[in-house]
Amino acid sequence: MKKLILGLAAAVVAAAAVPAVAQDKIKACFLYVGSKTDGGWTQAHDVGRQQVDKELGDKVETSFLENVAEGPDAERAIERLARSGCAIIFTTSFGFMDQTVAVAAKFPDVKFEHATGYKTAPNLTTYNSRFYEGRYIIGQIAAKMSKTGVAGYIASFPIPEVVQGINAFVLGAQTINPDFKLKVIWVNTWFDAGKEADAAKALIDQGVDMLTQHTDSTGPMQVAEERGIKAFGQAFDQIQAGPTAQLTAIVDTWGPYYVKRIKMVLDGTWKGGESSWDGLAEGILTMAPYTNMPDDVKAMAMETEAKIKSGELKPFTGPITKQDGTVWLKEGETADDATLLGLNFYVKGVDDKLPQ
Amino acid sequence: MGIAESILLTIATAATPLLIAAIGELVVERAGVLNLGVEGMMVMGAVCGFAGATVTGSPWLGVLAGIAAGAAFSLLFAFLTLSIAANQVATGLSLTLLGLGLSGMIGESFVGTAGNKLSSLAIPGLSDIPLVGRLMFGQDPIFYLSILLTIGVMWFLFRTRTGLTLRSIGDNHGSAHALGIPVIFYRYLAVMFGGACAGLAGAHLSLVYTPQWVENMTAGRGWIALALVVFASWRPLRVLAGAYLFGAVTIGQLHAQALGLGIPSQLLSSLPYLATVVVLVIISRNRRLTMMNTPASLGRAFVPDR
Amino acid sequence: MMRVELVRRPQHSTLFSVLSPFIALVLTVIAGALMFSLLGKNPFEALYYYFVEPLTGLWDENNRWQLHELAIKAAPLILIGVGLAVCYQSNNWNIGAEGQFILGAIFGSMLPVVFPQFQGPLVLPAMLLLGVLGGALYAWIPALLKTRFNTNEILTSLMLVYVAQLLLDWMVRGPWRNPEGNNFPETRRFHMDAVLPEILPSAGRANLGFVFALVAAVLVWVLISKTLKGFEVRVLGASPRAGRFAGFSAARMVFFAFGLSGALAGLAGISEVSGAMGQLRPVISPGYGFTAIIVAFLGRLNPLGIVAAGLVLGLTYLGGEAAQISIGVSDKVARVFQGMLLFFVLGCDTLIHYRIRISGFRRAAPAEAEPVAGRA
Repeated sequence: MKKLILGLAAAVVAAAAVPAVAQDKIKACFLYVGSKTDGGWTQAHDVGRQQVDKELGDKVETSFLENVAEGPDAERAIERLARSGCAIIFTTSFGFMDQTVAVAAKFPDVKFEHATGYKTAPNLTTYNSRFYEGRYIIGQIAAKMSKTGVAGYIASFPIPEVVQGINAFVLGAQTINPDFKLKVIWVNTWFDAGKEADAAKALIDQGVDMLTQHTDSTGPMQVAEERGIKAFGQAFDQIQAGPTAQLTAIVDTWGPYYVKRIKMVLDGTWKGGESSWDGLAEGILTMAPYTNMPDDVKAMAMETEAKIKSGELKPFTGPITKQDGTVWLKEGETADDATLLGLNFYVKGVDDKLPQ
Repeated sequence: MGIAESILLTIATAATPLLIAAIGELVVERAGVLNLGVEGMMVMGAVCGFAGATVTGSPWLGVLAGIAAGAAFSLLFAFLTLSIAANQVATGLSLTLLGLGLSGMIGESFVGTAGNKLSSLAIPGLSDIPLVGRLMFGQDPIFYLSILLTIGVMWFLFRTRTGLTLRSIGDNHGSAHALGIPVIFYRYLAVMFGGACAGLAGAHLSLVYTPQWVENMTAGRGWIALALVVFASWRPLRVLAGAYLFGAVTIGQLHAQALGLGIPSQLLSSLPYLATVVVLVIISRNRRLTMMNTPASLGRAFVPDR
Repeated sequence: MMRVELVRRPQHSTLFSVLSPFIALVLTVIAGALMFSLLGKNPFEALYYYFVEPLTGLWDENNRWQLHELAIKAAPLILIGVGLAVCYQSNNWNIGAEGQFILGAIFGSMLPVVFPQFQGPLVLPAMLLLGVLGGALYAWIPALLKTRFNTNEILTSLMLVYVAQLLLDWMVRGPWRNPEGNNFPETRRFHMDAVLPEILPSAGRANLGFVFALVAAVLVWVLISKTLKGFEVRVLGASPRAGRFAGFSAARMVFFAFGLSGALAGLAGISEVSGAMGQLRPVISPGYGFTAIIVAFLGRLNPLGIVAAGLVLGLTYLGGEAAQISIGVSDKVARVFQGMLLFFVLGCDTLIHYRIRISGFRRAAPAEAEPVAGRA
């Protein structure tokens, strides 16, 4: 009976003709770790995908799988995308790295791009964003705006990307106020609005009056709004959650990158084995409008942003002292990318012990 | 607002949804039914509460929608386990799976919408008393509801005839039935009460705690509520204590971090669960205590036979 | 007043044992078709992607990989499920298989993570043994508490799940973190000798874990239906009093049942980690231990039924993804659909033991209801 029903269904579908991608269009596919409407990391990628639809809609068709767990499920999902005729597949979570590598080896004709990882292959390129450039700017703003001289940082996991952000924030703040302090809470999650909000409250209770986060929900922004302090949005413009609280937000802007890469696939110039690490200058990262701050602070922020864009200012430039008091970078010395990508120590001024 | 007062307020907000959901589940379990679907009902309450508030513009109607959603969703469980005697553990787990999916589907159009926060009380004068003013007179209405609910359930279970009947059903549904008590009917009501409470707890999350809707926003709080009921050995006041203790540990752990103390957060997080096991062992070692508190028919299907 | 009344069948209905899954399937298909139409999707197409497309590998070489993926997804569910079946049949309520799965994975991973220099053909068997041991030991905690202190095992085993999850989280972020992994929360990757081999590497990724699952199912089936131990399981499960008269020890049975189900859950854990993942991460299971409880009941606590149930549940995961890509059904719809299937199966199984009568209100004579486990 089961067979009969299945057979029937198969016949009906065969008759109904499964929709096929028109021959002249290529397929670009995306793998998401979260929900495409999470208001943070994944949604930022999905906005990028929609931009591809808008700009290249006549030549490209996009599709995606969302809420895919890292691990064996991810490998199956990537393989499914590869087999469904995708010309290029973007896997948008660090935890998809080994699975992307494995599937890429099996499908040499499909192009793969993995976000925030460090393993490449002839048909696998990695891409990442210099989130820390934005952190440096908001560090400066925080130091200008803060009355208590202490900011709070809600952090997810002690991986280099997050440590870069914390350090850049402190370095930025110290250019304004050398004694500026930063308190950090590790919530061990990328997304739990309730827990992030609790962390925000705990930080405020301990005297911080500036909040920033490296987690994805708008929970902390809502708390900031309610308690009347200022905060910085993450991944997404969170002004709706904090109309009077948000000073600016570090907005992940993947759209232009996706459009550029897919265009390269279309005209045959796409290359694998590369790692691109763009920043404010390339527009993979943008700052949400500077609001709720006096004009001089705004002017300073815009000036710093311009300097970073032009390459005149690099956040990790010496002299920089590590938390333990030893010298990391001497006067004028700039950290290289390899060091940054493996960053596992704090600079001076962070009031926390890095979980080891 | 002083720091102590503020921390207490944060703990109260964190404890309230746990308390409400656990009190509901307590009544369900006292009636001899184990509903492992708390997480699913809670997340349904959260999405429907948010949707109700957004559509009508009134957070209070949202709260009602959350309660109604939780109760309605629990009917599914009640029908399967009570009317057609399906297995409670499996049905409860399925209810959670379904709830997480269904809430995501319902909530898709509400993601990213600005929330409608249920505002806190503000009684001029009283709310401004140092230390206890905000705590006693300046919290969100659901907080007061949760306290009333605890007292009400306590009174109901141990001071009313109906409460006695409910407990007797949980202790031995066979004899209760022999006495002519409509076991299934009582259990239906108990399960729906549990669903309504879980729904209210969910609405608290999406209308007070973090006024927004995001998928899976309950983040395991329904499971914690289940643990609390056992931790409290099925006594309402202990559920209250347990919920606040749990809230205090959660918040305390964040403060310990902000102070720069290097304690592994996982160790702190696992304490409540280990404590629950220890409490369970202690109460079950003492037979008299066990007999008094554990609903003996917990998790067993009941079908009137002839 | 109209009411639904269940009338217990004198004997369980063989007819409905066979028919009920199909009735459930038909109901799911109808309800699913309705839901898909309401969402503006072609219901036939959606159902095709759910139930047929992942199985096209049966006749289509190009799609054979999906069968492998199905095996990967179903293996842990089946392994855990058959162990739980023994537990539940003997009236022991272990719902902490998720924790035992994790402990099995941690124990087994000790070799490749802590002693990576220890290599050779002995590594893998040793890992599997350690995994079995880890799962069994962890399951014996609630067993011990139950026999010594009469503590409710449903609740202790559930609590221990959270403890296990936090333990793994701490291990992976702390002492076992990959020293060359840039602080990412994961252990070093297992060396080649510690990886569970694939069955047919040319066709897909399915590994020996699926073989373990099938072997376990057959062995447990033999154990339950053909041996004295199985008789003991069923007697003690149906009536502890009768079991005592027959000279069976209920306490020993608690340890046997928990030990067996914990061991299989542990085996599932280490197989998953060494087969499909190749390293430990903070989260290694999308709730396999809980889903397996549902699988155990879908398979009616019969090991062979559990194999079928595990495959069907695995199919809904694969089908959900296929439907997501091909016709844009969101993953939430996929999960709702899965939930519907579970509810229909659970509901229809009632027909095996009961007749449903819709009648006016009449008070029935009292009777002690059977324990939940009696429904196997």
